[in-house]
Amino acid sequence: MDGLEVTASWYLILAAALFAIGVAGVVVRRNALVMFMSIELMLNSVNLTFVAVSKDLGLIEGQVASLFVMVVAAAEVTVGLAIIVAVFRKRSSANVDELAELKG
Amino acid sequence: MAEVIVFIIFAMVALIGGITILVAPDPVYSAIGLLAAMFSLAVMYVLLDAHLVAVIQVIIYAGAVMTLFLFVIMLIGVDTTDKYGIVAPAQRIMTTVVALGLFVAILLAGRSAWITGTNLFGTPDLNGTIENVADELFGTWTIVFLSTVLLLTIAALGTIALAYFGNEVEDEEATL
Repeated sequence: MDGLEVTASWYLILAAALFAIGVAGVVVRRNALVMFMSIELMLNSVNLTFVAVSKDLGLIEGQVASLFVMVVAAAEVTVGLAIIVAVFRKRSSANVDELAELKG
Repeated sequence: MAEVIVFIIFAMVALIGGITILVAPDPVYSAIGLLAAMFSLAVMYVLLDAHLVAVIQVIIYAGAVMTLFLFVIMLIGVDTTDKYGIVAPAQRIMTTVVALGLFVAILLAGRSAWITGTNLFGTPDLNGTIENVADELFGTWTIVFLSTVLLLTIAALGTIALAYFGNEVEDEEATL
């Protein structure tokens, strides 16, 4: 156990697992809020990939990229939650299956 | 060795948090799971010497974004009709298949990165201090940084527009 070190692969595998959980959340859950949280989880896992690879390659750009992802995520949360609240005021529900009015 | 132990503990916390988001029937539990995942990712960033990113992760995600999520959950109400998790057994199987399949697919797609290229973090000494990140951010990536300012402004305006025009339509419906 003495030679055991945390390599970039460990972080990348963890990020892949979190991303997979996030995708499953978006596919399976029907509550718009929970789907949104799953999207946040996916963005976070990509950030972990960026930072791990940044450390692995010795390039600071990965951390800069993860900062940009955080900004985009913040903007996305603002607009997305506003949409969810607007839909809820119309429908009294945050269930995406009920938003089927445009279906032909 | 301490690094390995910290990594394993917080990787477990992150995965349990993620699975909580996925299966919890109540959105509040999902929010707590997301909070746990975000905090453990901040710990991962500290392990990776990305101190600025770790601090911003805690401030932005655990602070601002999670507060916003919990606020909206309170606003919408946790006892609405869509308060259910994964209910059907077929849905559980589908979730497991989708998640595991995608995980394996990502591992296969990226195996060159984590099987052959074992860099062991050895090569250059990288320290994500504010100074190092800011040098890059305000040097090479100034234009991109400024465009994120534009993006945030547009997002704020869009949110205001959504709130404003939503009320307007309701008022019209009320007068009809």
